[in-house]
Amino acid sequence: MFSFIPQLLIGSADLAAALLFMYGLWRMSSPVTAPSGIRVAGLGMLVAILASFLYLFGVSAAAAPHLLVNIALAVIALAVGGGVAWWSGRKVAMTSMPQMVALYNGMGGGAAGAIAAVELFGNRAQGATQLVVTLIGALIGAVSLSGSLIAWAKLDGVIKRPLRVKGQKIFNAAIMVATLVVGAYLIYATQGAAQPLMSAPHLIELYFALSLLFGVLMTLPIGGADMPVVISIYNAFTGLAVGLEGFVLQNPALMIAGMVVGAAGLLLTLLMAKAMNRSVSNVLFTNFGMAPKHKQGAIKGSLKPTAPGDAGIAMRYSSSVIIVPGYGLAVAQWQGKLYEFVKLLQAGGVSVKFAVHPVAGRMPGQMDVLLAEAGVPYDMIFQLEDINSEFASTDIALVIGANDVVNPAARTDKSSPIFGMPILNADQAKRVFVIKRGEGKGYAGIVNALFYSDNCNMVYGDAQAVLISMIEAVRGLGLPAAA
Amino acid sequence: MNFQIAIDGFVALYIFMLAGFAGWVIIGRVPAILHTPLMSGSNFVHGIVVVGGLYALLNASNGLEQSIGFFAVLLGAGNAAGGYAVTDRMLAMFQPTGHSHAHPKSSRARTGHAKAHSGKAS
Repeated sequence: MFSFIPQLLIGSADLAAALLFMYGLWRMSSPVTAPSGIRVAGLGMLVAILASFLYLFGVSAAAAPHLLVNIALAVIALAVGGGVAWWSGRKVAMTSMPQMVALYNGMGGGAAGAIAAVELFGNRAQGATQLVVTLIGALIGAVSLSGSLIAWAKLDGVIKRPLRVKGQKIFNAAIMVATLVVGAYLIYATQGAAQPLMSAPHLIELYFALSLLFGVLMTLPIGGADMPVVISIYNAFTGLAVGLEGFVLQNPALMIAGMVVGAAGLLLTLLMAKAMNRSVSNVLFTNFGMAPKHKQGAIKGSLKPTAPGDAGIAMRYSSSVIIVPGYGLAVAQWQGKLYEFVKLLQAGGVSVKFAVHPVAGRMPGQMDVLLAEAGVPYDMIFQLEDINSEFASTDIALVIGANDVVNPAARTDKSSPIFGMPILNADQAKRVFVIKRGEGKGYAGIVNALFYSDNCNMVYGDAQAVLISMIEAVRGLGLPAAA
Repeated sequence: MNFQIAIDGFVALYIFMLAGFAGWVIIGRVPAILHTPLMSGSNFVHGIVVVGGLYALLNASNGLEQSIGFFAVLLGAGNAAGGYAVTDRMLAMFQPTGHSHAHPKSSRARTGHAKAHSGKAS
C-alpha cells in the first residue's frame, strides 16, 4: 500500500544529491568559497548513501532470502572501504597527492566495473541497448582501474621508468580489438541466439581480463612528466563509466554526477595537453623520451655560477622578485624554507610573487597546493597568463627546480621539441638566478639557453642548503625590517 | 502512485548532454590555482558509484553476486571517503594574506566532526 514511499524517498534523495554535487562544484570557483563547496557535495553524498539503504524494501524475490546477509555485507564494505580510505586520505603527504588521487580514482573505476559485472553475470541487462552500455561501461571502468593503479605505481616510484618495447603499439591495438570482438560476440550471442548470458561466464571473464590488461599496457609506456594528462584522462574515464552504469541501473544521480566529472576530466585533460603543447594522443601514443635528439643550435655565453649568499643579498636590495618554482622544489620539500626566505624579503619591503606553470607538478595545479601547504597566501601565487607580462618590469626572477618551463627555446627555436609550449618569461627579468642541483638537462633533454644568457647566474647546490645560506646572508646584513 | 524512474534512449542522451555541458561550464570557471582540489573534488563526486554498488549488493541473490557487489561497495566507499578527505584537507590550506595559516589542530577537529557523519552512513 505504501510501497511507493521508499521509491519516493530514494528519488528525492538522489535528486538532492545531484543538485548538491553541482552546486558544490560551482562553489569551487574561488579559494574563498571552495571549502564550503566540498562540504555541500559531501552532504549530497551522505544523503544519497543513506537513502540507498531503502533499496532493501524493493529487492527481488530471488534476493529476499539473502537480504540480512547483504545488508551486513554492505555495512562492512562501507565501514572498511570508507574507513581505510579516510584514514589514508588524512595521513598522506601533499607531495603524494597525485598517486593518492590516482588510487581513489581507480577505486571508482573498479566499482563501476564491478557493478557492470554483477549486471552481466546476473544476466540483468535487458535488451541490446542496456547490454551495449553495460559492456562499454565495464570496459572503461576496468581500463580506469588498472590504468590508475599503474599510474599510482609510477607516481609512487614502485615502477621506476617507462616500459617501452618494440611493437608495443601494435600489440596494444590488438588487445583493444580483441576486447571489442569479445564484447561484440557477447552481444551477438545473447541477442542473436537469445541465449542467456550466464551460459558464457568465461567470455565475460575474458572480456574483463582483456580490458584490465589494456589499461595496464596503455599506461606503462607513459613517462612521469606526462602524468598530469594521464590522471586527468582516467578521472574522465571513471566519470564516464559511472555515468553509463547509472543508465544501466536507471539512476539519474549517477548519470549526472558521472557525466559532470567526465566533462571536467576532459576539460582538464585538454588544458594540460595545451600547457605542454602536445596533443592528447601524442601523450598517450608517442614515446616522448625516446624521440631522437635534434641538433641544438650553438648557444652563446657561458654558465656563470654565483654564491648563494650573494644571490640572497641581491634579492634583498631589489624592489621586486618573481619566484618560479618547479617540480624539483616539490620533490625536495623546500617550499617551507623558501617561504621563510620570502618572508624575510617581504619584511624588507621587497615585492615577491610566485609564478606557477600549469604543468609544474605531477597533476594539474599541484604546485599551488604545495605552496599553500607551506603557508604561502593564495593571493601571492600567480598563473602563467596573469604574470607573464610582469617579468619585463621585475628586478629579479628566481628559478628553483624548474627548467623546461622557462626555456626561451620554446618561443624562438622552431626545431626544439618544446617549441610552441607556453613558458614563463623569466628570461625577460632584469636579472635571473637559477638554483639547480647540477648542470643537468630538463625532462625534454634539451639545453636551456636561459642559463647561458648574460643576465643569468647559476646557484649550484642542494636547494635546502642554498636557501639556508641565502637566509643567513640576508639576516647577516642586519638591516632593519621594512627599511 | 508510481515513482519508478524509467530512462530510455533519447531521454538518457538528453541527460548526458545537459550534465556534460553543465560540468564543462562549471569546471571552466575554476581558476588554475584550484585545479588539484578540483580534480580530487570531482574524483570524490564520482564516488557516488557507491550507491550503484549498494543497489547491486542489496539485490544480490548468490555468492558470486554478493562478492562482486561487496567489492563494488568497498571500492566505491573508498573512492568517496578518500576523495572527500584529501579535498577537504587541501582546501583548508588555501588562505589569503594576513590570515594566520590554518593550524593542523583545527583541521583535525573538523575531521572528527565529519567522521561522526560518515559513521552514521555506515
